[in-house]
Amino acid sequence: MDKINSRRQVAAMKQSLFDQGYLDEQFIQLEELQDDANPNFVEEIVTLYYRDSSRLISNLDHTLERNPVDFNKLDTIMHQFKGSSSSIGAKKVKAECTLFMEYCRARNGEGCRRSFQQMKKEYATLRKKLETYFHLARQAGPVETAFRPK
Amino acid sequence: MDNGCFSSPKRDFPAGLRVLVVDDDPTWLKILEKMLKKCNYEVTTCCLARHALSLLRERKDGYDIVISDVNMPDMDGFKLLEHVGLEMDLPVIMMSVDGETSKVMKGVQHGACDYLLKPIRMKELRNIWQHVFRKKIHEAKEFESFESIHLMRNGSELSDDGNLFAVEDVTSSKKRKDADSKHDDKECLDPSSTKKARVVWSVDLHQKFVKAVNQIGFDKVGPKKILDLMNVPWLTRENVASHLQKYRLYLSRIQKENDQRSSSSGMKHSDFPSKDMGSFGFQNSVIKQQNDVAIDNYNHSDGSLQLQNVETKSHEADPKGIVSQSTIAKKGRILTGNIADTNMRESLRVGLNQTFPPLESEGNHAVFDCSMPTPYSWTEVPHMQLKEEHKSLVYLEDSFNQLPLHGKQQQHIHVDQSQSVASISSAPSITEEEAAACIEPKPLFADYNNDYASSVSSTGNAVATFPIQPGSLIMNGQSSERISTTTSGLKTQEYNNLSSISDQEIYQRNLLGCEAASASLDEDLHFYWLEGECYNNMNFGLQNIGMSEYYDPGLISEAPIHLYDSADYSVMDQGLFIA
Repeated sequence: MDKINSRRQVAAMKQSLFDQGYLDEQFIQLEELQDDANPNFVEEIVTLYYRDSSRLISNLDHTLERNPVDFNKLDTIMHQFKGSSSSIGAKKVKAECTLFMEYCRARNGEGCRRSFQQMKKEYATLRKKLETYFHLARQAGPVETAFRPK
Repeated sequence: MDNGCFSSPKRDFPAGLRVLVVDDDPTWLKILEKMLKKCNYEVTTCCLARHALSLLRERKDGYDIVISDVNMPDMDGFKLLEHVGLEMDLPVIMMSVDGETSKVMKGVQHGACDYLLKPIRMKELRNIWQHVFRKKIHEAKEFESFESIHLMRNGSELSDDGNLFAVEDVTSSKKRKDADSKHDDKECLDPSSTKKARVVWSVDLHQKFVKAVNQIGFDKVGPKKILDLMNVPWLTRENVASHLQKYRLYLSRIQKENDQRSSSSGMKHSDFPSKDMGSFGFQNSVIKQQNDVAIDNYNHSDGSLQLQNVETKSHEADPKGIVSQSTIAKKGRILTGNIADTNMRESLRVGLNQTFPPLESEGNHAVFDCSMPTPYSWTEVPHMQLKEEHKSLVYLEDSFNQLPLHGKQQQHIHVDQSQSVASISSAPSITEEEAAACIEPKPLFADYNNDYASSVSSTGNAVATFPIQPGSLIMNGQSSERISTTTSGLKTQEYNNLSSISDQEIYQRNLLGCEAASASLDEDLHFYWLEGECYNNMNFGLQNIGMSEYYDPGLISEAPIHLYDSADYSVMDQGLFIA
């Protein structure tokens, strides 16, 4: 019973993440890749993403602090970050990246800073949600049965 | 089409397809690896472009297809793409999160057989085998055509121009616009070499090729002539024909890019990617025929060399354009751009046959860590060996230093430059000719030297101007555009690092170098040419340099290969440049 509940919880949480626009189709692709050879594939990927992207974020932070702002550089870094975020299906984060890059092109420093803050918020929120999700998933037992899409 | 053409024929093709994935993003690399494994492909991952190139060069027939990201720090994906296409002739798929039409177009222009948008779906990867298959079929067809031509020809003197032509079309799968293809067809194909084994155009081989092309004259070149000149027994006309075709495409692409870039800082060597280098190969004389020299760009009006559009602007251009000269202007960076022009090469050749002093002694260049793959693509670089990387760097430095000035400072500049140049200079064996070529650029400066000579310090960084751009750029991984755009492209990048050397210095140095040279444009051309060559060599070697730009369209070739030669410069310097 508990197991079933746990699994339901996990499924529900996953569904809400999709419904609220935090994740997109790519996340499902990742889950499809998970198998016996890599039973925790999705979690590994997400962990790798957060680890690697944190350096891009600090890079962006530094570049934004400089004066005058190097928009080309910002654009380049953000481009990288966006590509990375697309790998796990971080939908809201990606949207903020796109907005940020538009501000860059418009040479709007204030706009960049604002959207950067917003992006960081989304980034942190998603991280927490995914941590909870993986925790629940581990508790619920083998993911395959509950989550593997047919 | 039988699958036997694959180096490791698999019965259940496409299973076991050997894929090389290149992406600086570790997350994507892991995902792609998993996806490809799920498709039952054999996957090798790589996060650095130059490492990927060395892997490919190490195992010539070790991979069936390459998938690469467009934006990578150490080398522009497009440059990698060109290299792979030229050297290994493997199908390459590009990937990016950016799906802008212009980018996709650029990918196709550079030879990508597909362009995927991230996030990538599994099903897209499942089908990549078609590109491998298609290529095999195509090669087989070409082969067959040649075979039949050969049979036809036996016994009769070439009478079938028409047939040949037709065959050529088949083989090259592209329209051959050059008339020269006709007259070269007379050659008999050697049936024994028509085996499917893919010809790997090693650095040496390519150099021979470029040399031959240069000797014949780019306008008059044709597969048969080239083949005869190259004197490589196992090589067939067909091999040369298809290589020539690629080379032409490459050159035209570079030119286009150069043209586009001309507006920005003159020296866009970016286009010098290997193709250009090919022209550089002309080392001797062919350059004259090259019109690519973007020399037009250069304005000397006030004696300052402006690197404007040094971009090699198309080889077609009149070599005199040694455009590079102009670029050299003031910043001394200029050289970089122009040298790339093949035109320059010719002029460069002028006499500099000195061998560049081995840069190794310079020791400034640490940069080379990139291993120059032996087969390098279009660059003339004769022998860049991996080890030479260091050398090449050194060369660059040397050349720079040597160039006009013997000052120690040069070293500094070189260092940075060498980095960029390193890529170019990686060609270890800068032949004398090349060296000469490199030295030639000096003449360009020479003109300007008058004005600057006095100020020129021994920095002799003239070489620096060589903006190794093409090569160096790539190395940096900075977008090549950067490099190409800055006339000194490399220079700027490099120079920035060089704090010790100011543009002025460099410029001066160049001038010094030029002094010896004599102001003739031809010389300039040579100079540029050298640069280009240097770049070619450099590209490979420089990888470390971080010239990400490398490929910036053609930058690589732009990089004055001469830089390597710069080692020779020093020699030449004394002889030529010393006023």
